[in-house]
Amino acid sequence: MTIMITRRAALLGGAGLAAGSLALPAIAQNAPIRIGGLTTLEGPFATGGQDAFRCVQMELERINHTIGGRRIEFIRESSNAQADVALARARKLIEQDNVDIILGPLSGAEGIALRDYSRTLTGKTIVNGSSGASDTTLRNPSPNFFRFSTDGTQWMAGLGRHIHGMGIRDVAITAGDYAFPYAQVFGFNLEFCRLGGRVTQYWAPLGTTDFTSQIAQINRSNAGAIVIVHGGTDGLAFMTQYAQAGGSKPLVGGSIMADQTMLSARGPHRRVMMGMLSGGPIADIIDDPTWNDFVARYRRRWANEGGFASPSIHGVNYVTNLYGILAGLRATNGDLSGNQAAFQRAMAAAEVTAPTGAAVKLDHNRQAISDIFLNRIEERGGSAVVVAFDRARAVNQTLGMPEAQFLGLGSPSRDNAGCVA
Amino acid sequence: MHSRAILATLVVLALLLALPWLLPQFLPANQAQFWTANILGRAIVFGIIAMSLTFLATYGGFISLAQMMVAGVAGYTLAIFVDGALPRIVGGWGYAAAIPLSLVAATVMGLVVGAISVRTRDIYLLMITLALAMGVFRFIETNIAWFNGYEGIRNVVGPTLFGLDFRNAFVFYHVALGTAAALFLGILYLVKTPFGLVLQGIRDNPRRVAALGYSVGLHRIAAFGVAGFIAGCGGVLSTIYNIGISPGSIGLGATVNILIMSVVGGLGHPAGAFIGSLIFTVFDTFAATIYDRDRFNTLIGLVFLVIVLVSPDGAIGIGAKLRRLLGAGRNHPRGAEGSRASQQQAGEETTP
Repeated sequence: MTIMITRRAALLGGAGLAAGSLALPAIAQNAPIRIGGLTTLEGPFATGGQDAFRCVQMELERINHTIGGRRIEFIRESSNAQADVALARARKLIEQDNVDIILGPLSGAEGIALRDYSRTLTGKTIVNGSSGASDTTLRNPSPNFFRFSTDGTQWMAGLGRHIHGMGIRDVAITAGDYAFPYAQVFGFNLEFCRLGGRVTQYWAPLGTTDFTSQIAQINRSNAGAIVIVHGGTDGLAFMTQYAQAGGSKPLVGGSIMADQTMLSARGPHRRVMMGMLSGGPIADIIDDPTWNDFVARYRRRWANEGGFASPSIHGVNYVTNLYGILAGLRATNGDLSGNQAAFQRAMAAAEVTAPTGAAVKLDHNRQAISDIFLNRIEERGGSAVVVAFDRARAVNQTLGMPEAQFLGLGSPSRDNAGCVA
Repeated sequence: MHSRAILATLVVLALLLALPWLLPQFLPANQAQFWTANILGRAIVFGIIAMSLTFLATYGGFISLAQMMVAGVAGYTLAIFVDGALPRIVGGWGYAAAIPLSLVAATVMGLVVGAISVRTRDIYLLMITLALAMGVFRFIETNIAWFNGYEGIRNVVGPTLFGLDFRNAFVFYHVALGTAAALFLGILYLVKTPFGLVLQGIRDNPRRVAALGYSVGLHRIAAFGVAGFIAGCGGVLSTIYNIGISPGSIGLGATVNILIMSVVGGLGHPAGAFIGSLIFTVFDTFAATIYDRDRFNTLIGLVFLVIVLVSPDGAIGIGAKLRRLLGAGRNHPRGAEGSRASQQQAGEETTP
């Protein structure tokens, strides 16, 4: 008896407590457009997630939170890079906060989970944040999921060929054991192995802090270079331990390795990262007026509020996807009626210019076709910066291969890493 | 007294059954649906998993940290065998066959955990079950062929029941509620059977039970099997709720969450698991709205700290304390009884 009363009381108490905190959205004719931002403010990509929100906030402030005569409300949510947490947050945004569009998530497995969730929705759209698993849009795509940013495989376009051109025939690849690094390694191997290169792969789960045994094996091997496809705290741990182990091989970085989130951290890794080559959708220094303007605005806005020296890859990806949303809203004058059909059509046809100056358009799977930069880390004015020295234009999701042939290679995975001669 | 307890249970159950229709009375339609599926539904599903821990703790005195892993075994079995899951590992099975198989797998895993940890108690039991949970978690996370590694297996959308789609919030909520109620009543029945009484005897004094001729080890293992079955039910429901399963769902964070739910709710009675999981779910969902978005985990931590500090018996203990205070004030005859929960906690309730 006691317990039953307690149970009911606690239930009602808990419900009352939460109900008190709910803001009921006003549902009016000219109601604001509600965009839910989902990124990772916890876990290994927390710094990237913070920068994503910084860049999005800056761009929304620039248009005064208004488009097509309608106000934009931006509601923030945070996950921890786990699929089920991202899913729970996305449900909260859609069902509780009543958002029209979700901008997010940040990491690969989250992207696939949200792609599947978007398929169960009607009249709602999920536009990717920075997640870069290729299968999110390549296989079983969802009509409600759009990605104006390029994927992890695209980001490696041209890198394998460049390394082979340097006369290196053997590389060691160390990578995170999940969707995004699979896509990156796949893109690298596709070019490098086809030209006759050989690779040895070392995988580590996301969240690994101790890479010392891997580093010992790599340093003993005859690899001519190391390709490092880690990011966030994992990448920092690998580079720090590699520097402490006295490593001296040429380094090739994945796209979230050669980034300001890594270079702005203090530690011995900075020394070995000089000269590191990488491919990706951004660099710190790109000879392009659009990019120079974006960087100048970013520095003005965030220099004293914790911003990096230059916008991060996640920030730029979120903004590129935000531009896609804004282009769709501008074309339809903010009209989201008819289950967002007109808005989704407008987005599918949109051509936007990313903050880097790269032209972006979508393919039939609502996946971006855009430019990829080949980068080198250089010392400029006493600090390390990523400098773009080459640019591959209009790289598509299959790296120029016919889609049927590319799909025939299978999903990127640890056992299918694209190394086919 | 006893019939009144049953009456109260029925009243609570009826109230919970009617909630999906009551909520739209004072919430907009989409929020009512959110509360039905994603607060109450989720709380019930995780409450079931937490209840498997509470069952072991309350009636056997075993704190097992492997319950989320056992639930995950059921979830992964379902995802591996059921038709439509992506990527297809085995596939081809209908839900009617895959769900029982998942429950069998979870029960077997529960028995295995029980057998491995049969000679340990207290902190050592905690450590060995944690080690088992982390071992399975790491194995699943790094195995691509069977578990698809870090990404896990997606697109487990759930069956269609009597023409009703499982993805419908009402259907999901009522199935979860029905499962939880059946398991809850099943536990209350089980602890009154000879098996349950021996289990409580083991909790209070294993040597005496052994001296009476009962096999302590076998009863312990069987109790872990029962808990495995309960966790398996939760695992199947949570996998369908999450449209799939990935290692993050059974990792250290998830394991600790289940422990937090059980402790916050109170380890004195199986109902505590559901109260704990409701409190947990509400704060996990709304902490970021109430408090700074970059720091909302601080709020969650503080709330749980306060609950455990104020009442070591969890939320259920707070209720019992209040009742005792009120009872003492009114000099109510039942006040002297105190909390059945806290008596059990202290191991004072003897078997008849």
